[in-house]
Amino acid sequence: MQGLKKSILVSLWFMFLTFPLMVIRIDSLNGTIDWRWENMLGMGAGSFVLSFVWRFMMARKEAGRAAAAGGVMSARGAWFERLRSDPKAAVPALAVILAVFLVLPWLVSTYQTNIMISALLYVMLGLGLNIVVGLSGQLVLGYVAFYAVGAYSYAILNSNFGLGFWSVLPIGGAMAALFGILLGFPVLRLRGDYLAIVTLGFGEIIRLVLENWSDFSQGPSGIANIDRPGLFGTQLSVSDATTYIYYLILAAVIVTIVAVTRLKNSRIGRAWQALREDEIACQAMGIDITTTKLTAFALGACWAGFAGVIFAAKTTFINPASFTFLESAMVLAMVVLGGMGSVIGVSVGALVLILLPEYLRAFSEYRMLIFGATMVLMMVFRPQGLVSPGRTKYNVPDAEGAGAAAARPAAGGNA
Amino acid sequence: MSATTGNAATPVNSASGTAAVLDVRSISMNFGGLRALNEVDLQVRLGEIVALIGPNGAGKTTFFNCITGIYVPTEGTVHVTPRDGRTVTVNGLKASQVTELGMSRTFQNIRLFPTMSVLENVMIGRHCRTRAGILGALLRDSRTRAEEQRIVEESYALLKSVNLHQHYKDQARNLPYGAQRRLEIARALATDPFLLCLDEPAAGMNPQETHELKELVIEIRERHQLSVLLIEHDMSMVMSLSDRIYVMEYGSKIAEGTPEEVSKNPRVIKAYLGEESHA
Repeated sequence: MQGLKKSILVSLWFMFLTFPLMVIRIDSLNGTIDWRWENMLGMGAGSFVLSFVWRFMMARKEAGRAAAAGGVMSARGAWFERLRSDPKAAVPALAVILAVFLVLPWLVSTYQTNIMISALLYVMLGLGLNIVVGLSGQLVLGYVAFYAVGAYSYAILNSNFGLGFWSVLPIGGAMAALFGILLGFPVLRLRGDYLAIVTLGFGEIIRLVLENWSDFSQGPSGIANIDRPGLFGTQLSVSDATTYIYYLILAAVIVTIVAVTRLKNSRIGRAWQALREDEIACQAMGIDITTTKLTAFALGACWAGFAGVIFAAKTTFINPASFTFLESAMVLAMVVLGGMGSVIGVSVGALVLILLPEYLRAFSEYRMLIFGATMVLMMVFRPQGLVSPGRTKYNVPDAEGAGAAAARPAAGGNA
Repeated sequence: MSATTGNAATPVNSASGTAAVLDVRSISMNFGGLRALNEVDLQVRLGEIVALIGPNGAGKTTFFNCITGIYVPTEGTVHVTPRDGRTVTVNGLKASQVTELGMSRTFQNIRLFPTMSVLENVMIGRHCRTRAGILGALLRDSRTRAEEQRIVEESYALLKSVNLHQHYKDQARNLPYGAQRRLEIARALATDPFLLCLDEPAAGMNPQETHELKELVIEIRERHQLSVLLIEHDMSMVMSLSDRIYVMEYGSKIAEGTPEEVSKNPRVIKAYLGEESHA
């Protein structure tokens, strides 16, 4: 009831505020004033409902937090936890998802497949950035620079030396990893906002070099006619090539998911998480933070490099305009929105952030507005992201659930 | 387990005569113009429990930070003798290297990894004693899997020894205060130390918890065959637990000796126990 009273007050306040704007209209032709009282009513009702919904959601969020602290899980949360912790439920669910992705290009148009390809590329980027931001807690804002390094590695090696996609894929990854380490060294001592600013600058430097060093990268006009990935020398039509690239990127995403999950549950992954939690304690526990940070930077950058090579092969044309700060911000938004440190979360976040604006084209004028509002609401009501990271399961010697734990020794868990 | 209530000034393995595992020679630490430590000497012998006491601001934690590699002392040397018998100069090494040598510590204001699980916190301690790299993590070969399982088992055993094994799945930040202190000790033990440095382990504990902590420290010394260097304000704990005590004031050492000697030392009474008419 307290909420009801507050909501009424809010709506009264809004009616008062918008009174001059919404109610009074001066008809200059007739020299009269229109009193549009119906607008005022609408305004009041609208703000009352919105304020009430807001209050309700806030109360629910608080209740959820209290329940979580007490160890009680909501029915919905329990359902999801079961799905990902119980192999009997998780395996069929994964199989269904995989099957849907496998048959997708045969069901939808080439255009839709292309959208899916870019969404999956972003999944890969998001998972790579997840290593740096989500696991090791280093806020990097210039991530797209590594993506550019991968893409330009392929473009330049292909157009100048005729190297094929498959031979450049590891080179692109290695180049990006090298740049990751190059960036890593000067920023070892920085953290938080300082690190963010330096990496932001690094991203811009890479883009500006590519834009201005015409002899090397052909400047803003970019590099065209990059070869598509080969399939044992066969010539593919454009639509077949799209399907081929779709499967290629799908395979790459699966490899990435497996790799990142394994890294997360490994000795190195634990060291990254310890680094994120407390740098001093991490050192005091015998972890060399220099190498730990550098491996995180290198591996995160490496994945962006792979994604860059695939991107260049997919579009066959690249220029520096594809690698602006906005891209870095989008990838970071995917990681944060999806849930930092969670492999499933980041994948879902990337799909949502790419597909949502695509399919909101129907409301073209409002789509960015809806997009922005969704982001704000997400951060207010679920700041931990869509999916919070799952706990790794360990096979301890005398665990109560010995039967369940015996399934796979320490194979560890979920993303 | 050794005697529980008696004073531990008569330890099972009397330490006099054995070589020093930690040998600190006149270290000083300057922060700009401020001299936080002034030519402090300190030795810890094998199997000893040594306490470092002094009023707030005396430089005890600075001393800890100097010997564990968080700070580099301005002057002086720190030598350690790990289990393998060689003597190593510590000052100038990184904190992680010092821990790898076998000197492990806890913090005055608890520094766990709050959102990691209790078990994972201890597993982190095993990091410097294990080797799996990126390739091992990606391929997850049998050797890596075996190493992981060994880390889990060793960590779980340590949790059991501090009686936290029922909580192994919980997030570290959800543990009660006393349990967090014990977890920090278990995490430090996971690095296989020969010298355990405890920075005010009993701070904020009630008498019952303090008593349990005291027994735990004695038990750990027996089981892991290690020496303990301890900063503590709880006088009853220090007096009953320590083999020897060093007293600091204003960055300098003002006394050292057995608990009886120190508690009779007029300078210590004046500087530290004086007005409180404590003990």
